[in-house]
Amino acid sequence: MNQIRKFDLALIAACAAIFAGLQGAIFTGIIGPFWELNIILICINIILAVSLNLINGYTGQFSIGHAGFMAVGAYTSAVITVKLGLPYELGLVVATISAGVLGFLIGLPTLRLNGDYLAIATLGLGEIIRICILNIDYVGGASGLMGIPRLTTFAYVFWIMIAVIFFIKNFKNSAPGRCCLAIRENEIAADTMGINTTKYKVLAFTLGASFAGTAGALFSHYFFLAHPASFTFMRSFDILTMVVLGGLGSMTGSITGAILLTFISAFLSDFPEWRMIIYSVTMIILMLYRPQGLFGNKELSLKMFGLGGKHNG
Amino acid sequence: MDNFLQQFCQQLINGISLGSIYALIALGYTMIYGIIKLINFAHGDIYMIGAYFGFFATTQLGVGFIPAIIIAMAGAAIVGIIIERIAYRPMRNAPRIAILITAIGVSFFLEYGMILLVSPQPRTFPAVFSPTVYHMGPLVANSQQLVILISALILMVTLSYIVNSTKAGKAMRAVSFDADAARLMGINIDKVISMTFALGSALAAAGGVLVGVYYNSIDPLMGMMPGLKAFVAAVLGGIGIIPGAMMGGIILGVVEAMVSGFLSSTFRDAAAFGILILILLYKPAGLLGKNVREKV
Repeated sequence: MNQIRKFDLALIAACAAIFAGLQGAIFTGIIGPFWELNIILICINIILAVSLNLINGYTGQFSIGHAGFMAVGAYTSAVITVKLGLPYELGLVVATISAGVLGFLIGLPTLRLNGDYLAIATLGLGEIIRICILNIDYVGGASGLMGIPRLTTFAYVFWIMIAVIFFIKNFKNSAPGRCCLAIRENEIAADTMGINTTKYKVLAFTLGASFAGTAGALFSHYFFLAHPASFTFMRSFDILTMVVLGGLGSMTGSITGAILLTFISAFLSDFPEWRMIIYSVTMIILMLYRPQGLFGNKELSLKMFGLGGKHNG
Repeated sequence: MDNFLQQFCQQLINGISLGSIYALIALGYTMIYGIIKLINFAHGDIYMIGAYFGFFATTQLGVGFIPAIIIAMAGAAIVGIIIERIAYRPMRNAPRIAILITAIGVSFFLEYGMILLVSPQPRTFPAVFSPTVYHMGPLVANSQQLVILISALILMVTLSYIVNSTKAGKAMRAVSFDADAARLMGINIDKVISMTFALGSALAAAGGVLVGVYYNSIDPLMGMMPGLKAFVAAVLGGIGIIPGAMMGGIILGVVEAMVSGFLSSTFRDAAAFGILILILLYKPAGLLGKNVREKV
């Protein structure tokens, strides 16, 4: 136990160093506005990928409607800051909670389904959320909610990302987390061992959804607007690609996937049509030759490089 | 009240013609699912490719409506076989999720590949026959709707004949019932699966051409929504059941027409997905399906 804590502290120190380095580079202008935007996008994508990995990778429930929860977060926080004039921090909290509540309400009935059917149901729900938002005139309807102040700074995004990563990492090692892993391995066996499978599936789904809400709030307050077209099935597919590329069930994999794909799309920003072709071909080739993704369900660790370290986090 | 009834009947006509297109696409979904338990996400895009084949056949080759639909069906059947051969066959024994992800990948590949090939701009589908409007009392139907209905009917009857009364159809039914036992009986499973993809793709392509004729406009992303909705139709009727797909398609089309007629057309996509969620929750085997208990 002590060793894990020591390792965590070392990790946080490393994160602080990375943060200081990047923040310094942004302040001094070494990193220009284009790359600053992409770094913030990477952090948001990491939150999304890691939270989707909690549902798809750890609990084994195949959800492809993540963009819907992101939309809920983006819009709720925007309503709070723009329409009600309340502080941004409150917006972040309410966005997280409201996406979580919606995730809970949606998860309760749909998680009884499994496999393909759950995938289609979550896809459908993601679209329903988007269509409903499209029809609410209060939040701008089809033209989107404009005039959102840019309140997301690099510090916000970075430390929220670290908090989410640590939360999910510790969740995986907690008793409920172990239950989720058991459900992924074999749902019927887990049920027989006395695990309340519905409860833990809904728990993982709710947590994943609420973090997607946080990411949505960060997203809309960086790009000045919340638009229904930003939260289509395409975005869910983007997030899914990151998770699958890194390896379902591997957190470091999701993080790597998010960084890699965000960089690729930044480089391909001049050829948007090629981006989706490269994404889809990557996906097909990956499934054909390495269906477990880059890291499988293992974590990238120092041990992997033979550098010792007896931690098991 | 009279006005309501008239509106209702009018939407019924619109709904049935739209629904028969959904039914054509749903048939492919249901056959492919029945045989290899794969939700072929790319099916909606095959329908789009079929529409483009039809478009190029009429504009470049200058052929009429019936040759165009046949060319489109043949072309799409070949595309379907190639996709199955390259992307799905190596995955026959892979986990279901991996196959599902591959199918989503294929779908995006077809959509954006077509955007590169033919540009993302919508194209105007040429009017292959002069539209005539028929008045039946207060109700209006046009010749396109009639053509859609008749073509869909002919195709469905043909399909039923192939599946129920030919040797190839018997092999398809055998494989979908129990693939291993069918293999032991000397049925070439790979060939049967290829044939299923060919048949399903051909039907989707016919749907694509009919939509092109109906709405006069096609674009590379046109397959996305109808593809998903046809899947809803297949689930509604009971996935794997051929009459179920036809019924599900028609019901879905009528519901959509009613929602856009009486509520608002922006909600019609939500209606389709709402039906999906309801049916999955209360009767996951579909309207015509039987409940199968899961064994450990």
